[in-house]
Amino acid sequence: MKIPASYIARNLWVRKLTTGLTAGGMALVVFVFAAVLMLDAGLKATLVATGSPDNVVVIRQGSQTEVQSGVSRDQAALIETSPEVALGADGRPWVSKEVVVLNSLPKIQASGSNQSTKRSNVVVRGLPEIGKTLRPQVRIIEGRMFRAGSSEIIVGKSVASGFAGVEIGQHLSFAGREWTVVGVFDAGKTAFDSEIWGDVEQMMQAFRRVVYSSVIAKIAAPELFGALKLRVDADPRLKVDIKREAEFYGDQSSSLSSFITLLGMALSVIFSLGAMIGATITMYAAVATRTAEIGTLRALGFQRASILVAFLIESLLLAFVGGVVGIAAASFLTAITVSTTNFQSFSELAFAFTLTPRIVIFALVFSLLMGFVGGFLPAIKASKMKIVDALRAD
Amino acid sequence: MFFLNFVLRNVFRARLRTALTIVGLVIAVLAFGLLQTVVRAWYAGADAASATRLITRSAISLTFSMPVYYRDKIRAVPGVTAVSVSNWFGGVYKDPKNFFPQFAIDAPTFFPMYPEFVFEADSYREFLRDRRGAAVGRQLADLYGFKIGDTIPLKSAIYPGTWEFNVRAIYDAKDDTTITRQMYFHYDYLNEQIKRVAPRRADQAGVFVVGINEGQAAPDISRVIDAEFKNSLAETLTETEKAFTLGFVAMVETIVVAIEGVSYVVILIIMAVAANTMAMTARERMSEYATLKALGFKPAAVAAMIIAEAFLLAILGAGLGMLLTPIVVKAFHAATVSVFAKMPLVAHTFYLQAVCALAVGLVAGIVPAIRAARVKIVDGLRHVA
Repeated sequence: MKIPASYIARNLWVRKLTTGLTAGGMALVVFVFAAVLMLDAGLKATLVATGSPDNVVVIRQGSQTEVQSGVSRDQAALIETSPEVALGADGRPWVSKEVVVLNSLPKIQASGSNQSTKRSNVVVRGLPEIGKTLRPQVRIIEGRMFRAGSSEIIVGKSVASGFAGVEIGQHLSFAGREWTVVGVFDAGKTAFDSEIWGDVEQMMQAFRRVVYSSVIAKIAAPELFGALKLRVDADPRLKVDIKREAEFYGDQSSSLSSFITLLGMALSVIFSLGAMIGATITMYAAVATRTAEIGTLRALGFQRASILVAFLIESLLLAFVGGVVGIAAASFLTAITVSTTNFQSFSELAFAFTLTPRIVIFALVFSLLMGFVGGFLPAIKASKMKIVDALRAD
Repeated sequence: MFFLNFVLRNVFRARLRTALTIVGLVIAVLAFGLLQTVVRAWYAGADAASATRLITRSAISLTFSMPVYYRDKIRAVPGVTAVSVSNWFGGVYKDPKNFFPQFAIDAPTFFPMYPEFVFEADSYREFLRDRRGAAVGRQLADLYGFKIGDTIPLKSAIYPGTWEFNVRAIYDAKDDTTITRQMYFHYDYLNEQIKRVAPRRADQAGVFVVGINEGQAAPDISRVIDAEFKNSLAETLTETEKAFTLGFVAMVETIVVAIEGVSYVVILIIMAVAANTMAMTARERMSEYATLKALGFKPAAVAAMIIAEAFLLAILGAGLGMLLTPIVVKAFHAATVSVFAKMPLVAHTFYLQAVCALAVGLVAGIVPAIRAARVKIVDGLRHVA
């Protein structure tokens, strides 16, 4: 015979303060747990979404990032003429030869802070017109596109909101030139939102570079990647690494992602110990104050197993309330964009907390697990009581 | 005396509950101390910085280099006592996980500016003599078991190919703040090799370390140096070594702030747990408090008893936690030594732990105390827990 669910729920309701405090503690743990998972999901989503499945990135062998890479004009031409590369309507290959440099810019300070200006590295990318075509997710939301052959630049949405001196009409001074901001672009929550774009030939001249940083090519079909990679690897003139764009950007998330995950999981485990102790205390107290009641239930014919289950469910319910409150609080974080330096690329990257169904399930399971562990020993104690002793308790 | 005795006995009446609460407090205080120390660890580089060293780098960003002849121009600026070159090498030892910094430096000008690195005179001479020689810090040597005479192969993402260096000297730290988890080798060797494979990239300096005679002159000297290269191909940005190091922390400030914020969350969690314990304790004993009042104890005295009990719990938990903190920090540092060069446990952390524990005690005790003080004797005596 099962003990009615309403009995279980009412027991929690009757001790509001204790229930509230215990569930509150659990909610905080679930909040931290969910926040970490959301941060990691946001980081991965941003970097993975940056790459298109049929774009490939070519960089110098072993250079890992575009900034450290160098691809000569000859090498770029070899890639350009590969048969796997898609051709546009005009018959020209869809290849973007780009230059990528880092520029340290002052961040916008929180109002009222009197600290010295904080600077961070922003990716400045020089690209030809086709470069924008290769990234269909990018669209100008304010102002206009830069003109080829001019010292004009456009800034990503996250750069516009996070850095000082990059409003339309303002000038950035670097590499011995004044660059005028003429537009802001939205790259649909990808890493490009954290970049500044300008004309590739102008940038090459200004930075006095003779080699490109990377070559981005669109392949005619995603499955041609294998053939292109084979050709590139076999060619002794091409000392380059070739990767799918999605993979290239995904790889850049690995070290920050594992840092966040490791730190977050360690914290969640430690914090959950505190919350589980809270649940244990509460449940022991629940058992102690209801000793006579437990005796009555047993006398009425409820089995030991039913008592065990009832107290476990009570603890799980308590944890569930905490879990739901924690997730609800964490869901407000989705409005927040985090901007930090990704040490793998040594440049600023903005990403948002992202709540996925998987995270909701994980967080709920985590909270129920805390409830189960916390309630287990008290439930055993309740189920082991002898009827006579329990009834005699005052 | 009676008061103390009474409180002590009450604390240990529900032994299991008290023990669990104290364990919770210990965990929270430990976690808090550890997180605060991790936050401090980010600033370890800035602690090691000297006020009489400036860093000159390209104004665009650290990834841009400057012509090495800038050295002579900087040396001519009044107030400057020494200038040295330092290039980030970005080498990977076997696996990218084995991260440690390597710098190509000009030893005769560099090390005199860093008196905190203590060399043995013999091995230092050996290091100077070997073109491919490397000087390795004690911490780094311990971490990977480098010994004098070893060869360290490094694959660089910045400079093509695999490079081999011979360990010729191992230097020690002069004091606690000194970081010895990095490797130095000869700039001339790097430059020669680069000249052969990529002549355009030769004769370039990543940063200049500038020694000055007094720290107060730093802002003025910085301005003069930067003005010197204004409107040149490679404009410079000069700042104190401390500001330069803090610049790195600022880049990941969001993460540091998040860790610090989270460290207070654990205090909130334990606050809820302790408050719960006290609330249950007080509820169970409402009739006793009424009895005390009936015997003539003032409401304030009853309230004080509950607050004292909460504080006692907090002090026991915090005390144990603080005792264990150094052990846990040490173990944690041993596990993360490749990430954090230093994990300095400072007095401030202990203060914060103590303050947080007392706050937990106060918050946990206050509501039950007020309730007990206010309860009418008649109601209290009738109260059923």
